[in-house]
Amino acid sequence: MSRSHAYTDYHPRWLRRRPSTYWWLEKPAYFAFILREASCLFVGWFVVYLLLLVNGVAGGRDSYARLLEWSASPWVLSLNVISLLFLVYHAVTFFAAAPQALAVHVGRTRVPGPLVLAAHYAAWAAASGFVLWLLLET
Amino acid sequence: MMRRHPEPLLWMLFSAGGILSAMLMPILVFLFGVAFPLKWLTAPSYEQMAVVLGNPLTRLVLFGLCALSLFHWAHRFRHTLYDGLQIKHLNEVIAFVTYGVAVGGSVVAAYLLWQSP
Repeated sequence: MSRSHAYTDYHPRWLRRRPSTYWWLEKPAYFAFILREASCLFVGWFVVYLLLLVNGVAGGRDSYARLLEWSASPWVLSLNVISLLFLVYHAVTFFAAAPQALAVHVGRTRVPGPLVLAAHYAAWAAASGFVLWLLLET
Repeated sequence: MMRRHPEPLLWMLFSAGGILSAMLMPILVFLFGVAFPLKWLTAPSYEQMAVVLGNPLTRLVLFGLCALSLFHWAHRFRHTLYDGLQIKHLNEVIAFVTYGVAVGGSVVAAYLLWQSP
């Protein structure tokens, strides 16, 4: 942007003030926004964890046991507890945006937002139930 | 000719990764990250894990989950750096690094899931 002071009536001065780098600390709503955005870091971390788990199982019985032991070490456990909070927050906020992002039509009528939201929660419950069944069934 | 922008595609990958990670990650991190290490629940045996991961469908779902979640991370992280920290002058570098990590991570995921016995 040019810093010229030679402005005329037809080219008024820019009235945009650069917000502070820490603008997201100014209001609770802004902070909630940045927490929601930060959830992506935990999505990324959990991809790494999942791949380590896959690699652990691929390495055989001992390597899987080592991975479970490593998961119980204080720092991995703490990181995963924080990840759980952020991932639930991610899920809730992502589903909350779904009725706006998804315009589902049945015939000519648009499916109401609360129904779209409910469908997402139902799918979430079903997916979680399936994972539990897959991993806890002995 | 109109120049095609990659943004709609990247947004779709972001969105698909967001939904898939929201559906599957909370339960997985609860089990492997919290409930099994704290012994609230018994972790699946090696045999059970080998059977579950031996199923091609599991691997396909896991690959989709990993790859799309990485693109979800890349897109959101890039925009957070852009809006949140206002690092606008490095936009190209950041885009290259974030989507590069997503592509590289997807290749690693494909390799690990492919070679897993």
